[in-house]
Amino acid sequence: MDETDAAAAEPRRTRAAASDRLLATVIREESARIVAALTRWLGSLDLAEESAAEAIEEAVRQWRTRGVPPNPGAWLTQAARHNALDRLRREKRYREKLTLLADPAEIEPLTGTGEVDERLPLLFGCCHPAISPDAQLALTLRAICGLTTPQIARATLTPESTVAQRIVRAKRKIGAAGIPLRIPEGSERAARLDIVLTVVSVMYSEAHLVAGGDAGADRDLADDALWLARVVALELPREAEAQGLLALLLFHRAREGARAVDGELVLLADQDRSRWDRRMIAEAQVVLEKAAMLRRPGRWQLHAAIAACHSDTRDGGDTDWLQVLTLYDMLLAYDRSPIVRLNRTVALAEVDGPQAALNEVDALRPALTGYHLWHAVRARMLRLLGRRDEAMAADLRALELTANDAERRLLEARVQC
Amino acid sequence: MKYVIMFTTTPELDTEVSPEHAEQAYGRTYDWFGTNSEVMTAAGAQLQPVTTATTVSHGGDGPVVADGPFSEAKEVIGGFQVIDVPDLGAAIAIVKTWPLLDLPGVSVEIRPIIEY
Repeated sequence: MDETDAAAAEPRRTRAAASDRLLATVIREESARIVAALTRWLGSLDLAEESAAEAIEEAVRQWRTRGVPPNPGAWLTQAARHNALDRLRREKRYREKLTLLADPAEIEPLTGTGEVDERLPLLFGCCHPAISPDAQLALTLRAICGLTTPQIARATLTPESTVAQRIVRAKRKIGAAGIPLRIPEGSERAARLDIVLTVVSVMYSEAHLVAGGDAGADRDLADDALWLARVVALELPREAEAQGLLALLLFHRAREGARAVDGELVLLADQDRSRWDRRMIAEAQVVLEKAAMLRRPGRWQLHAAIAACHSDTRDGGDTDWLQVLTLYDMLLAYDRSPIVRLNRTVALAEVDGPQAALNEVDALRPALTGYHLWHAVRARMLRLLGRRDEAMAADLRALELTANDAERRLLEARVQC
Repeated sequence: MKYVIMFTTTPELDTEVSPEHAEQAYGRTYDWFGTNSEVMTAAGAQLQPVTTATTVSHGGDGPVVADGPFSEAKEVIGGFQVIDVPDLGAAIAIVKTWPLLDLPGVSVEIRPIIEY
């Protein structure tokens, strides 16, 4: 059987999924460079992004059936440029601009100039604090990762019209308010990098938060997030926190195969360590060590260090909880968010006992009472203290609050036993 | 690019600030205008207190004139200034040094001007 026959023999869904993964890989390598080059040429992110997005949609449609052309970057650039010129001719408000433009044939994405990759200034602009967090994420997914609006809608379980509106508003604001597309200097640089890293981290967690069914999305945001974390870490090798986030996502990704087995969630303590990706864990450790050598600690490195502790375990019983708790205490200096404090209580229970942990959990009630995992962690502490009825009630409350099917089944199993 | 920066305060929080502290912060606003004189355009004004405001608003039987500011907003505009800077990054950098931002309830809104 030759390759075509083999592909044809596969069930339709699997073949489409494989091809979607390939499309995602090809398109995200090109997307941001094309948007950046077009923005430079047109002087308008809005127009540049629109033209690139249209080209990407055409590409996804064509390539899914006809396959990827030999030079996909050139194909996309050409198509995007064509779309832009088309819009300029068609729309009156742009017509004047047309005469001011350089020869489009000279517009090529800049690569390997020795300067910082031009995708990064675009990314830092998309993550400007004057843009709302939801819109930062949506615009980054579209302009940087090259997702189409329907793909973003499916991957984040947001109505398509909402996603489209967020993107349009954000792009228009960047143009109208004069938000600069550059990496800020001085004191603002660290703060902006933290927003960028937060967007990447949210992108990764969104992949796991998909409520309802077992995710029909054709783009795995976790892949996109890992890819973007790698781009940022590689392009900014002196930024310790960028390395820290890459290490963190690698540690998490390495455990993915053990975390979800046949669509069922498995808790860290119960995970089959042989399913962990050892090579990825080793890479994460190298990245984290590289970050530590820069001697500029921060929250992402501490999160990664905590993940590293868990990755060192041979089974659920040999976790170095004192080390984990110490790292959480250090993390509190950078991040006192209720979620971090809640996660810390799990380590606290192991070191100081469940009563100390329960006290801390209860102190977080006002902030987290609507969060299902707060109830789940509280149930765990109550169970450790032998307060079975209260634990059951807390688990039931967690069950009521969760929207994710796999999480729901895990909690259901706990309520039944 | 030209931006209007609108200085607002929250009168109900004024009592939280000692008169000395407020006076000291207000004193520094003159220096601020001096330091940033290069980006200041001629357009700008400091406003009389909000108690002097009169509002004309839409009404079914024609415009209605009433005492006070147009809305129940807790914040009131104390003045505005048009600045001319390269981009929003530059505007934010200057606005961040506005001395009254030391006082609770003070904020500054930055809005780009439509240029034809």
